[in-house]
Amino acid sequence: MIVLEQKPLDQILEYINDVGSLLVVGCDGCSGIYQVGGEKQAKTMKKLLEMGMKIKGKKAIKIEATTVLRQCDLRITATTIRPLTKEFDTFLSLACGIGVQTIAKAFPDKLVIPGTDTKFLGMQERELGEFAEMCRACGDCVLYETGGICPIARCAKSLLNGPCGGMVDGKCEVGDYTRDCAWYLIYEALKRQGRLDLYKKFRPPRDWSYKAQPQEIK
Amino acid sequence: MVREAFSNLMRELRAGNFVYTGEIEPLKTVDPTEIIDVARAHIDCVIACNVTDNPKSCGYMSSLVASYIIQRETGMEAVYQITVRDRNRLALISDLLGAGALGIRNILVLGGDHTVLGDAPGAKPVYDVDSAQMVYMAGRMVDEGLDVAGNKIETPPKFNIGIAGNPNAAPLEPELLKIERKVDLGADFLQTQVAFDIDTAKTFVDATETFKIPILIGIFPCKSYGVAKFFDEHIPGVSVPAELLETLKKVGKIEDKKERKAKIDEVNLDFFVDLIKEIKKTTNAAGIHIMAVGYERLVKPLVSRL
Repeated sequence: MIVLEQKPLDQILEYINDVGSLLVVGCDGCSGIYQVGGEKQAKTMKKLLEMGMKIKGKKAIKIEATTVLRQCDLRITATTIRPLTKEFDTFLSLACGIGVQTIAKAFPDKLVIPGTDTKFLGMQERELGEFAEMCRACGDCVLYETGGICPIARCAKSLLNGPCGGMVDGKCEVGDYTRDCAWYLIYEALKRQGRLDLYKKFRPPRDWSYKAQPQEIK
Repeated sequence: MVREAFSNLMRELRAGNFVYTGEIEPLKTVDPTEIIDVARAHIDCVIACNVTDNPKSCGYMSSLVASYIIQRETGMEAVYQITVRDRNRLALISDLLGAGALGIRNILVLGGDHTVLGDAPGAKPVYDVDSAQMVYMAGRMVDEGLDVAGNKIETPPKFNIGIAGNPNAAPLEPELLKIERKVDLGADFLQTQVAFDIDTAKTFVDATETFKIPILIGIFPCKSYGVAKFFDEHIPGVSVPAELLETLKKVGKIEDKKERKAKIDEVNLDFFVDLIKEIKKTTNAAGIHIMAVGYERLVKPLVSRL
C-alpha cells in the first residue's frame, strides 16, 4: 500500500491563496482505504478549507469535493473529473503523488495542488494508522534470499551484505536503537529456516541503472 | 590466492610480528599541523596509523588528503580509511586510483556511521555499494587490474585491504558471518572496535581463528573521566569497566593539573598494559589498534612498557 499523510492545513491554505474555484479530489485507493484522502476526507477538507479561509479573512471561493475510484488510473480519473472541469480552475488531490500527476496529465491547463505527502510503500502491522515501510520498488527483488525481509527498504543503509557495525543487540543505530536491525531479522529468519548459507552469500554490487532513470512498462 | 604484502603493516603481520597501529582523526580545518604532530607522536611506537574518514558522519578534512600529508611529512605509514557512505562506486574508484598514485598502501574499508547521526544530518546517504562489495571492488582493482564494471585499469593500485569487526556485537554470529564473507572476498587484515576486557577480545579472536586473518584488537585509552563516562554511556554495546571508571573519577578530582594528568596517564597505563599483555599471552591476536584520539601523549609510554 502507498502510505501518505495529509499536508498541514496551513500549507494547503497558502497554496490556494489566489485560486478562483477549487475541486477537492479524493481517491478511494490507498488514500481512501486508510482514511487519509477518501470520499469522507475530501468532504471534510472542503469544510476545513472554507472555515480556514473565513478565519484568515479571505474572500469565499467555490469549493466542492468529489472522489475518484483510483487516481492512478488515467482513464478513470479523466472520465470522473471531466464533467466538473468547467466549474473549477484548480484541483486539490488527496491521492499520492501519482494521483496528482494523473490529474495534471489529464487536464494540463488546470492547476493541481497536492494535498498529501506520499511517504512510502508500507504495511499496516499494528493499530489503524500505524505503518512501516516494506518496499522501495527497487526493481530487483531479493526477498527469497533474505528470509522475507527487505534489506533495501528496512536497512537504513540498504545494505545487501549486512549487518553493519551499527547493530547493537539486534537494534539499528538509526533511530536510537529502537528499531530492529533488518539484518538481525534476516539472520533470525534464515536461521529458523536452516538457510544461513544464504546469509553468508556475497551479493555483488547492484545494477542501479534501472532506478537511475524513469521507468516504464509497455 | 594470497595477496602480496604491499605495506609495512602487512609485511610485519605476515612476518608474524605483534604489531601496533594508531589512529589519527582529521578535523574541520585546512590546517594539517595537528595531524602531523599526532602522527609524529606515534613514530617508533606503531607501524602505521589509521586516518579516519568523516567519523560519526561529521564533514572533516578528506582522509585521503590527510593520509597523503601524514606519509609525506612524517614518513608514518597510513591506513587510509574509506567509507562507502559518502561516495558512489565511481567516486570510490576515483579515490582509490588517487590513493594508489599518492603511495597509499593500506586501506580500511568501512560502511560508515549513518548520515543522520552526523553534523549535517540532512545529507543524503549514498551506500551505492556496501563494505563487502567495496572489499570486492578494491580487491579486483588490485589483483586483476579491473574496476567494478570490468574496465581495465592501466596501472592498478597496490593496496592491502583491511576490514573492521565488532567484538561487542550481540549476537556475535551475524557479525562473524559478515566477517567471513569479507575474508572470502580477499580482506587482508582486521581491526576491531574497542574492547575493554580480555574476555571480549579472546572470544572474538577465538571465534575468528578459522578465518585465518590477522586480528588487531582495538583499545581506547580514556583521557579523562568525562571521556570514559561518555564512552560508557553513549557508545552502544561498549561498557567501560566500572573499576576503571571509578579510578578515573577519583584521580580526575586531583586539583593540580599536572599531577592529575600524570595520574590519569598512570591509570591508563596500568589498565591497558595489563590488558594488552593478557591479549598477547592468551590469544592469537596479531596486534593492537590503539585509538588514542586526542590522547596521543599516551602512545609512547604505553608501547614502551610492552
